[in-house]
Amino acid sequence: MTISVDTPKETFRLSQLLYDTRYRSLTIQVIAFILLMLSLSWLVSNTVQNLQDLGKDFNFGFLSQPAGYDINQRIIDYTSQSSHGRAAMVGILNTLLVAFLGCTVATVIGVLVGVLRLSKNWVVSRLMAVYVEGFRNVPLLLWIIMIFAIMSEAMPQPRDFREGGTASMLLGDSMAITNRGIFIPKPIWHDGSTILGAVFLLSLVGIWAFRRYAHKRQEQTGDILPVLWVSLGLFFVPTILFYFLLGRPVTLEYPELGGFNFQGGIQVRNSLIALWFALSLYTGAFIAEIVRSGILAVSKGQTEAAFALGLRPNRTMNLVILPQAMRVIIPPLISQYLNLTKNSSLAIAVGYMDVRATLGGITINQTGRELEGMLLLGLFYLTASLVISSVMNVYNNRMKLKER
Amino acid sequence: MKKTILLGALTVAGLAATAASASTLDDVRARGKLNCGVTTGLAGFAAPDANGVWQGFDVDMCRAVAAAVFGDPMAVEFVPTTGQTRFTALASGEVDMLARNTTWTFSRDVDLKFEFAGTNYYDGQGFMVPKALGVTSAKDLDGATVCIQTGTTTELNLADFFRANNISYEPVPIETNAEGLQQYGAGACDAYTTDASGLAASRATFENPGDHIVLPEIISKEPLAPLVRHGDNQWGDVVRWTLNAMITAEELGVTSANVRELAAAAGDNPEVNRLLGTEGELGAMLGLSADWAVNAIAAGGNYGESFERNIGSSTPIGLARGLNALWTNGGLLYSPPFR
Ligand SMILES: N[C@@H](CCC(=O)N[C@@H](CS)C(=O)NCC(=O)O)C(=O)O
Repeated sequence: MTISVDTPKETFRLSQLLYDTRYRSLTIQVIAFILLMLSLSWLVSNTVQNLQDLGKDFNFGFLSQPAGYDINQRIIDYTSQSSHGRAAMVGILNTLLVAFLGCTVATVIGVLVGVLRLSKNWVVSRLMAVYVEGFRNVPLLLWIIMIFAIMSEAMPQPRDFREGGTASMLLGDSMAITNRGIFIPKPIWHDGSTILGAVFLLSLVGIWAFRRYAHKRQEQTGDILPVLWVSLGLFFVPTILFYFLLGRPVTLEYPELGGFNFQGGIQVRNSLIALWFALSLYTGAFIAEIVRSGILAVSKGQTEAAFALGLRPNRTMNLVILPQAMRVIIPPLISQYLNLTKNSSLAIAVGYMDVRATLGGITINQTGRELEGMLLLGLFYLTASLVISSVMNVYNNRMKLKER
Repeated sequence: MKKTILLGALTVAGLAATAASASTLDDVRARGKLNCGVTTGLAGFAAPDANGVWQGFDVDMCRAVAAAVFGDPMAVEFVPTTGQTRFTALASGEVDMLARNTTWTFSRDVDLKFEFAGTNYYDGQGFMVPKALGVTSAKDLDGATVCIQTGTTTELNLADFFRANNISYEPVPIETNAEGLQQYGAGACDAYTTDASGLAASRATFENPGDHIVLPEIISKEPLAPLVRHGDNQWGDVVRWTLNAMITAEELGVTSANVRELAAAAGDNPEVNRLLGTEGELGAMLGLSADWAVNAIAAGGNYGESFERNIGSSTPIGLARGLNALWTNGGLLYSPPFR
């Protein structure tokens, strides 16, 4: 049995790589890949070559050498004898501190302004619009420098607080606003303060459990428990009670004028204030727009339906609009948090000792390890950003529309 | 495929070869001007005047090198650098040399791979405070807020000084001298510390210089020196010997006023003749023209002239020669001989 084998034999010609659609995209990808690899290898070999020409090697040993410089704002112990690695750590914590403070305040401002901008009150909504447009249309750097300049030029000097001086402390002599920063009382933790902390944590757990219980009960029986009042009570009463029962284990250390400056208390430096507030106000303006767009994205029919069911306006907002708006709000909010964290490196303008200033500034300068330092710095910002966005993504997944 | 890889490898090799630069002197010649790193502005040392022309003691150093290379002291592009950016600017080739109140230290020379071309100002770190503070010694500064420029030897010395004396301070890090003075002027720091020459220069720009005093303690040695990258000895020699030519010229009485005349024909002092190229081949050995030193000296004068005109006792800055007098006058300036 012979069947004619007339089907033309596939012969592969080189030109097919270009003209045959079956191969073309593969060809393009291979070429693109090779070009990419070539330019990468050129970059690496060029770097190696140039380092060699300069007589420099590539090593991270400098991180264990003594740093030799002082840092004013330290969250962990550090002296000029500590290592460059530790100095980098101090800087990292300072970056995280300002990023955390900034994100918190920016969110509060953003949500408030975003909601108020939709207010029916003309004056309020216009004022919010002015804030949003004013802050997001002027470069962040200017806001940072402006707040810093106001703090250091317009605030009184510590010596003005002396007897007969022109300035005086606020809030019952517990706080001083000076041109070197704001001095506030510092909590001193004595024996028994751990118990107090545990009580406070337990009452937080209590609030959470009560809310769950109240929610369940409402679903089953329709009864509404006074959640707000019970939560507030749980928040304050046990902690305050134990504070006195334990004999006041936490006291406040007030700042006092001594020598050149205020001593004691916590000094919130100008550099931190300028960076923190500028970042919050600037990012807050963007968040306000995100919140507004999120709310507007929920169709009007939802509000009308809620009203028709007899829900009052603020319950409509809390129970119907915001949960749906959150789905629109969270993804762009993540970007704003990432922006804020990276923008914190504008600390350079006011001498805030963040990781850019310690590892990426003084350390690089004193050791000449530009490449190593910059790589580590990039790695830090990358890691920080990835951690923030993955945490926020977990939250996003919880808020996402669950199709049942 | 093989072809692509081969071609690629060739390109890589070719590009890498261009990245490894030719000699700095050739680069500077090809460019037609010298890129010189200076401060962002320090009166008397390097600052643009009312017409935007850079003037000062360090600027004269750059101009002398440009004159030695091109015969034209104006063939300089001044690149302002801060304490933090200066070394990267030099290492990356953005500038050919730095003349920027930079202290010659072991680690900068050996570890950061720079070559210092000889000290052009012997300095030390001091403190300035408002008179009203009533402080008379740096040891009284316990608890004070001190403004410092970051990326300098200043901040390292400061940490050492306070630790050694077991007193505390609050550092306020700033990027440039101008920022430091603004903070100091606003009273955001009690004291300002930097090289004593920088303090004198800054104090001279105040409205009432008399309201501020420089404390007696000098807490460090700061030999300020022009510097270049390691590894290009010819270029290092050009800068080193231009500085030496300025110092030697002062020693031999060669000034910007008489240098052309002295260079017109060989005179009876053989060292003057060798310096000015009327005898011997020193210029050619450096790879420069025979009259390189003549041009360098004519540019901003000899060392003493440049010092007096920019920072000397007749200027508002009013620095005495002190350690920076010639060795023949009891100072430390001592150039190796031109032969
Ligand atoms: N000599 C020290 C300090 C150099 C320094 O910071 N000098 C100051 C003033 S003496 C300066 O040049 N400032 C000018 C600027 O801010 O650009 C060093 O090399 O680290």
